[in-house]
Amino acid sequence: MLHRHIPPPGAAVRDGFPGSRKTSRIRKKLGHARDRGEADGGNCLADEFILETHGLTKEFAGFFAVRDVALKVRRGSIHALIGPNGAGKTTCFNLLTKFLKPSAGRITYKGQDITAMPPADVARLGLVRSFQISAVFPHLTALENVRVALQRQHGNSFDFWRSKSVLDRYNARALELLDDVGLSEFANTPAVEMPYGRKRALEIATTIALDPEMMLLDEPMAGMGHEDIDKIAALIKRISAKYTILMVEHNLSVVANLSDIITVLTRGQVLAEGHYADLSKDERVKEAYLGAGHA
Amino acid sequence: MSALTDDTLPITPRAMRDEMVAFALMAVLLAVVPLTGIYPFFVMQALCFALLACAFNLLVGYGGLLSFGHAMFLGTAGYVSAHALKVWALPPELGIIIGTAAACGLAVITGYISIRRQGIYFSMITLALSQLLYFIYLQAPFTHGEDGIQGVPQGHLFGVFDLSKPTVLYYVVLAGFLAGFLLIYRTINSPFGEVLKSIRENEPRAISLGYKTDQYKLLAFILSGTLAGFAGSLKVFVAQNASLTDVHWSMSGEIVLMTLVGGLGTIFGPVVGAFIIIAMQQYLAGYGQWVTVIQGVIFVACVLTFRRGIIGEIARLLRRSL
Repeated sequence: MLHRHIPPPGAAVRDGFPGSRKTSRIRKKLGHARDRGEADGGNCLADEFILETHGLTKEFAGFFAVRDVALKVRRGSIHALIGPNGAGKTTCFNLLTKFLKPSAGRITYKGQDITAMPPADVARLGLVRSFQISAVFPHLTALENVRVALQRQHGNSFDFWRSKSVLDRYNARALELLDDVGLSEFANTPAVEMPYGRKRALEIATTIALDPEMMLLDEPMAGMGHEDIDKIAALIKRISAKYTILMVEHNLSVVANLSDIITVLTRGQVLAEGHYADLSKDERVKEAYLGAGHA
Repeated sequence: MSALTDDTLPITPRAMRDEMVAFALMAVLLAVVPLTGIYPFFVMQALCFALLACAFNLLVGYGGLLSFGHAMFLGTAGYVSAHALKVWALPPELGIIIGTAAACGLAVITGYISIRRQGIYFSMITLALSQLLYFIYLQAPFTHGEDGIQGVPQGHLFGVFDLSKPTVLYYVVLAGFLAGFLLIYRTINSPFGEVLKSIRENEPRAISLGYKTDQYKLLAFILSGTLAGFAGSLKVFVAQNASLTDVHWSMSGEIVLMTLVGGLGTIFGPVVGAFIIIAMQQYLAGYGQWVTVIQGVIFVACVLTFRRGIIGEIARLLRRSL
């Protein structure tokens, strides 16, 4: 439905990113990255990979939406999860953020087993997700949206006897965060009245307000026009300097430009992993996207 | 629940000043009622229901949780207060405290059970629990079954205010109503209220920000149930009885009706809605059973034509939050 073909490497490069220093460094480390999906993680340092899964499986009444997925997300990288429709990307994503319970397997974040942890606790550890449909609080203003996130870290969220004017002390920081994503003019606009692309930016500002270590973005470009895509892509690239990012994305040119490493899922399993340039030549990946007849 | 709350007002520039002016106006209007010759019993009764509807609105309008069993808090507090006043011969202030505390305890238990489910399931659990209580109260000896607890003595509040005098009672009930109303107003506009609203707007997102939303919903449920109980305790002094009517499911329905007619998720809506419904019951009493039919027609008209309720529509016209 979106970009069904894999463009050749270098095509539609908006930010000239694939050749950047960070990417080549990671590529060097990975070597033949596509085979790593099946390799066991015993020889890797715990702090090299911020998020790891082992044998992650989700079964829905006999159907395996995700089967035996071993994923390793390197600290400081932008890691993309791609695959044709129904490949299990979103299920995988929901497992990582604990919105679904895995049928089998383990998830470790910063060396800590989070497999059985409730989603709010995972968020408190600094692993924060976004949603496919832009997740803002529609009838709160942009400022209030960000403030709700700031408020959580500093307690007193159960104080029902206090005036909310105690929250004004977060206003300066909230405005700073809004300014950072170019939304200062919308501070007092209810989120419901903001344009779609701006809502996504607001969502990112709200996530950054939590000062996470790792962000999980679920199709950040879904439903956006080209202009917005460029803006959000630039924003993601900029914030990636500070945070590890794992994203599910359909738009392959965005994935090509942004990601340091890509994992391709088909039928719930890891098909290949590596850099975009390598994957776009991979026959198995082409086949998965276009069907056997076209390969 | 989103279907009901989707249409609540976008709360553009928070006009706390507007709300304060409206509150002052309401307080003054209610304070002069005894001078106007309006039947005070009617206004007192309406005030109790207004507080009840406001407490209900706190849960559904700001927490997005539609309880269909709020009568259980009204009725429980009523029975306990009436029993404390009549059998234990406790002073009014203790009667109110015990009744309200009973509702609070009930809210802790029922909230803990029901808050785990969402949407229609939450409503059904609250309905089931309130029906359970209805049958307990029907059978329990201290409630006197169908007869209810009659002739509850009103006594002297703090040993000073003679509650058997209608004017004194009126101002005591008014003070109780205003205090409850202000507590609800403060809760809505507190740090807690902000989190509650964010949960109503988008619960998965609130969870992903690290909020344990069940705890917030439970606190909202307890506050709402406790205040509904406070209304029930006050009502005992007005009606001087406690009966099964107050725990019947149709009472829960009436609370929903009052809130919807006045305006779900508005601060003053439930007060207006309660006065309209109680006035209808009072002044259309001559039509007998037809009152229910008239209420039904109004409810349908309200949902079809002004979904935001009376205050909701006015607030929208004025672009203010009320």
